[in-house]
Amino acid sequence: MSSRDKILAVVAAAQPDALPLPQVGIQPEKRDVVAQFTAVLTGIGGRVWHAADRAEALQRLQEGYTEREQVIVLPDHQDVVDTSMLDPHLLRDVDLAIITASLAVAENGAIWVTDEALVQRVLPFITQNLAVLVPKAALVATMHDAYAAIGKMDYGFGLFIAGPSKTADIEQSLVLGAHGSRSMTVVLLD
Amino acid sequence: MAVVNGKDHAALADVFNKDKARVGWHDETLWFVRQKRDKAAHGIAEWEQLRQTASDIKDHVLSRLSQYLVEFETRAKENGIIVHWAADAEEHNSIVLGLLQKAGVNRMVKSKSMLTEECHLNEFLAKKGIEVIDTDLGERIVQLAEEAPSHIVLPCIHKKKEEIGALFHKHLGTPAGNADPQFLTEAARQHLREKFLTRRVALTGVNFAIAETGEFVVCTNEGNADMGAHLADVHIACMGIEKIIPKREHLGVFLRLLARSATGQPVTTYNSHFKKPRKGAELHVVLVDNGRSRQLARKDFRNSLKCIRCAACFNTCPVYRRSGGHSYHTAIAGPIGSILAPNLDMRQYADLPFASTLCGSCSNVCPVKIDIHDQLYKWRQVLGKEGYVPKSKELGMKGLAMAVNNATMFSVGGKLGRWVMRNTPFVVNNGMNPWFKQREMPEAPKESFREWYAKNRKEG
Ligand code: SF4
Repeated sequence: MSSRDKILAVVAAAQPDALPLPQVGIQPEKRDVVAQFTAVLTGIGGRVWHAADRAEALQRLQEGYTEREQVIVLPDHQDVVDTSMLDPHLLRDVDLAIITASLAVAENGAIWVTDEALVQRVLPFITQNLAVLVPKAALVATMHDAYAAIGKMDYGFGLFIAGPSKTADIEQSLVLGAHGSRSMTVVLLD
Repeated sequence: MAVVNGKDHAALADVFNKDKARVGWHDETLWFVRQKRDKAAHGIAEWEQLRQTASDIKDHVLSRLSQYLVEFETRAKENGIIVHWAADAEEHNSIVLGLLQKAGVNRMVKSKSMLTEECHLNEFLAKKGIEVIDTDLGERIVQLAEEAPSHIVLPCIHKKKEEIGALFHKHLGTPAGNADPQFLTEAARQHLREKFLTRRVALTGVNFAIAETGEFVVCTNEGNADMGAHLADVHIACMGIEKIIPKREHLGVFLRLLARSATGQPVTTYNSHFKKPRKGAELHVVLVDNGRSRQLARKDFRNSLKCIRCAACFNTCPVYRRSGGHSYHTAIAGPIGSILAPNLDMRQYADLPFASTLCGSCSNVCPVKIDIHDQLYKWRQVLGKEGYVPKSKELGMKGLAMAVNNATMFSVGGKLGRWVMRNTPFVVNNGMNPWFKQREMPEAPKESFREWYAKNRKEG
């Protein structure tokens, strides 16, 4: 008997009589999602900017990151980061990656992206700094709302990011920039 | 029983308790983390409803685990994930070794996985000539120190920054005497970035695996799991079979609870959903039993398998905070570890269910509502019945048994007990009290009722 069949047989014999699967009955509540998202993301070390549209957002980011040498803007530089062409290791010197998210969560400051928006999965981690453009209409209140929006979406890789990479492993002192991006700026678009 | 150089939890706690200042710091720091958890929990009006829902979902999963495992496997395979099954630690380790050999490499990066600690994967691979670099900062620190993690979320919480500075000076060449957390973290970032960029196999743990979609989720704050996985040709994800949840939407419940319970953060920084392998890369999942099915069959202890490894029960536990993770001499320390470990080996871990005051604080904070302190109490009964009661407890229990059978023994034992308490309180409070090092012992009465009665009968 294979380990698989053995494990399944032992588990089946050990598990108790079937218990019901509960409904997730958390009711959505009304809240100021922009205010909460801003407060929470700022509280966990991120930054929130505002812009009328994508063009203005890119303009502001360009001004704010003048000393950055390698900047990747998606989807504009989609070809450069193309999955089939490029070895992810070549992204090692990216200073700033600008991506777009179509979903963000007020209660925890997280943005949601899939590999469609990332082109390379490692991009938001390996870049020194991360900027995310998010239309205000993409904000939802809680993770329940977020998963309702994600639904049965098919993706290869999906990711919630809430703030810059961080650690407090040394005596509980919070340090930003552990292994992933050192900063995270979300630009909310009107 | 009992096991680090022949020492049990009480003896190992004594070692930790030698450094009073450190015990105080450890205690306060973890209490601070507990308070952050409280603040985060109180910020969510429906917190208790979330806990109940999470608990009910997990109960349901355990009652249909075999079906969900098959569903997960089917979906994962459709997604292009290669699924492996390991009945025990040995099989798990040899599967990982086989994948490394197939990839033709002798080194890999690994992010936090308590399961691989439980299976002693690193030691096994080292013997086979494979170098494993732990990439979570805290885990890298204990790895350099040649120690095990002392906490499942904060692996090096027992270490002071000066010790970490000295370790980094020795191994990473940082300037002697520099113990600045910011500086040391940056040094680790540079050191590990080189590893991420050069290793072709990455191993990660799994926080949740979704039966409905065949995907799995890995949560980190540092981003180390992703740096490893997305740069490697082969990603191996190892998970205990109890990590399954039915639907993707249930992540809403668990991700809301996990980080808030663990560190008081609203969510972990990175919550990565791995559904299909990256183009040109391999994605493996190893499903591991290693005693979980045995625990599932134990009615009184099965719901310990609901644990989502947030460590809230560690941070709140007065015994853990004052005895340190290493005193538990098992991969998963703390209250929940003390329930899981005896299932793996009753003899070796018979002392752990006694490393508790049964105050119940653990059960109160647990996000999946495991009745932790009740289970600790029940393990004591089971271990007693099976003859595994630890030596330090055995004496008292034997004494009790004899007292019931023999009135003279009762009188001698009682007298001796009182004599020890009155004349050597230090011994009772520190060395021989195996439950709780700093618990106040009751003041011993000078005369027992029996002595008083005998004396007064004579005199009267
Ligand atoms: S037993 Fe509960 S509180 Fe303890 S680590 Fe597991 S989920 Fe967290």
